[in-house]
Amino acid sequence: MTERTLRGKAAVVGVAETKYYRWGQSPDPEFKMAIEAVLNVCEDAGISPRDVDGFSSYSNDRSDASRLAAAIGINDLRFASMQWGGGGGGGSGALANAAAAVATGQAEAVVVFRALAQGQFGRFGQGPRNNTISGTGAHTVPYGLMSAAQQFAMKVTRFMHDHGVGHDAQKAISLASYHHAQNNPRAIMYGRPLDEETYDSSRWITEPFRLFDCCQENDGAAAMLIVSADRAKDFARPPCYVLGAVSGSHHRAGAPVHNTPDYGSSSFPTVAPRLYDMAKIGPSDVDVLQSYENFTGGVMMSIVEFGFCSPEEVNDYFTFENFVAPTGKLPLNTSGGNLAECYMHGLELNIEAVRQIWGESTSQVPDVNVSMVHSGPMVTPVSACVFGSEAAL
Amino acid sequence: MNSPTTPSDSYLLPGLPKPVASRDGLDTAYWDGLRDGRLCLQFCNGCGKFQWGPEWVCHRCHSFDLTYKDTPAEGILYSHQRVWHPVHPALADQGPYVIVLVELPAADGVRIVGNLVGGPHQELVIGAPVHGVFEHHPDDEPAFSLLHWKF
Repeated sequence: MTERTLRGKAAVVGVAETKYYRWGQSPDPEFKMAIEAVLNVCEDAGISPRDVDGFSSYSNDRSDASRLAAAIGINDLRFASMQWGGGGGGGSGALANAAAAVATGQAEAVVVFRALAQGQFGRFGQGPRNNTISGTGAHTVPYGLMSAAQQFAMKVTRFMHDHGVGHDAQKAISLASYHHAQNNPRAIMYGRPLDEETYDSSRWITEPFRLFDCCQENDGAAAMLIVSADRAKDFARPPCYVLGAVSGSHHRAGAPVHNTPDYGSSSFPTVAPRLYDMAKIGPSDVDVLQSYENFTGGVMMSIVEFGFCSPEEVNDYFTFENFVAPTGKLPLNTSGGNLAECYMHGLELNIEAVRQIWGESTSQVPDVNVSMVHSGPMVTPVSACVFGSEAAL
Repeated sequence: MNSPTTPSDSYLLPGLPKPVASRDGLDTAYWDGLRDGRLCLQFCNGCGKFQWGPEWVCHRCHSFDLTYKDTPAEGILYSHQRVWHPVHPALADQGPYVIVLVELPAADGVRIVGNLVGGPHQELVIGAPVHGVFEHHPDDEPAFSLLHWKF
């Protein structure tokens, strides 16, 4: 029986984004930005937009695939897929779905995209304004637990309590992200460096998260173009292969009202081993990492669950020096990510991982062959992927 | 049973969304119990264990024979957060407040969310026992009750 895997079966041949804005600052409607991202990614890859034949997105993206297909006039829509789940948990899952589609002949050229204008459709960092609430929200919102930061803070606190982790671990992530954004003209925080003192004196959002532990709220759109590995050889750049792409979550991660048995977790305990198995690599093979930061505490648990260090090593391992490109042991979030480039729901992290393979990052790590992404810690399902160069196959 | 208190005793400022039972009836017994000053959680007649949040099937034995049963409002502090940044206009003048996640040993270790009564700057000790404090809002439209905790 042939091996059932995505490894080496699909490749990224284009990446692109619109200009990124603070929430509410985009002059263009969300759907117009989605169109622009799709056209931009086709230009980046060098194909006609009419030859796109699939769309893959996540987090209930509002930019409907059929409307996009009609607007752009694509010839034949063969694949339209939405990954379940909110937050950025589907960022690599949408890529996995697209890779599966081209690997199995369902489609030829699939655009993975995310368009999000929080200024036009409501900010993620605000609570509901209704008079009443029912369902799972009724068990938390009346107690003042309603934002994403509040939803995840107690997971991180429990993890830090169980393993004796201090606040400096979170700081290292934030400082590295802002440092990398200073090299990236696309980044919202370009020209706005963050120093240790500013981090330490920043206000609490909810403990254990300070202001700079939290992602931004933004407007923009981003896209990646996926084709089969065979077809990828026809494009200008060397193929950026999908070595592995998986999604899911551990036992009862979705148990209501904070009842997940393994609570202090990023939801990757079972996902991480599956990714390593598919990609046929281990943590020591990873040259550069993009790890989704809704909040820095989530990155902390993700890095542990992917085996880069044990929980007991977090205080020593999580340093600015270890996370900074190009010299760090594990260069992290090299575009600035959700904290400092743009909260494009983590698709910008997937794009940055590809740019690292191509040598096109603004904080390039030398000789990258294996480039990893974690999408959406602490939600369910989460997802993750590994990109590889030809040499990594 | 705690006697109903006035809304002025509420832990958080008024104006947040008020809890109502879900339309499908899944958690009606829970909200009715709180209004009576009882903690009443979902219990499986198939395997004799509590589960929370409520669901239509028991995650352990897949029985649909689920009911509700009273359990003591006595727990252990499992995790916590001190919230500083208001994300709802009703809390604009609230100042910091504490949310706790409480494990209930008498209910097979299920957890529920509440606030920690007392000053927001009190020491928060994971693993410490906490005791339930009912907060009743009989005059609200719709009326509702919440369950908070104190050391």
